[in-house]
Amino acid sequence: MSTNYDDRDLGFDRGFEREYDRTMPRGPRRMQRRKICRFCIEKVDLIDWKDVKLLQSYIPERGKILPRRISGVCAAHQRMLAEAIKRARNIALLPYAAD
Amino acid sequence: MNKRTYEVIFIVDPVAADEEVMRLSEGVQKIITGQGGNIVKTEMMGKRQLAYEINHKKDGTYVLLEVEGSGGEIAELERRMRVNDQILRYMTVRVDEARRRAEKLKARRARKAAKQPANSKGKQSAADFGAEEESAG
Repeated sequence: MSTNYDDRDLGFDRGFEREYDRTMPRGPRRMQRRKICRFCIEKVDLIDWKDVKLLQSYIPERGKILPRRISGVCAAHQRMLAEAIKRARNIALLPYAAD
Repeated sequence: MNKRTYEVIFIVDPVAADEEVMRLSEGVQKIITGQGGNIVKTEMMGKRQLAYEINHKKDGTYVLLEVEGSGGEIAELERRMRVNDQILRYMTVRVDEARRRAEKLKARRARKAAKQPANSKGKQSAADFGAEEESAG
């Protein structure tokens, strides 16, 4: 499943996304450096549902919401983000499903 | 009763001319002020492509309003918009609570920063991270 997202260029965390943690190629899964929440760094308290450009970076081609295990967004901000995306979908700023 | 703030957005049929859109949004504002509400701001977001088709239309004109009131005028407004054929879609979002919550988070962060000013930068952002996780949980 996660292969769907592996090649995606997220833009913001490119560069360290592929950087591996220290050593240990234990098993088929590589150790990855822990991603950090972009919204926490930027101290975002409110995610605006009208900010289409921002929201678009969290919906891959298919139109689904990017899971936080991929993007590294923290739980609190993922909740805000999901709500904003759903609102934007309702008013046709974002697609429900794209194909 | 406490004043509530809402964001009202609606999509007007793309065939409607600019003046028609203006008239429509003026009508909306009249409904709200007539019901005792208050218009904080009006924004014409212009014509935009819709992310999906609504009533077989591929684009529409977006109009955004910020309204202050008790909630009664929103009910009336939505009733009117529902029967208007020119309005493809509308959505009302209550924003005062979310904004208050954001203010609180901001204040908390400021307090925390004031408490431990001699921290290294990395440590400080780690503390912020924890605070946000807690508060929304």
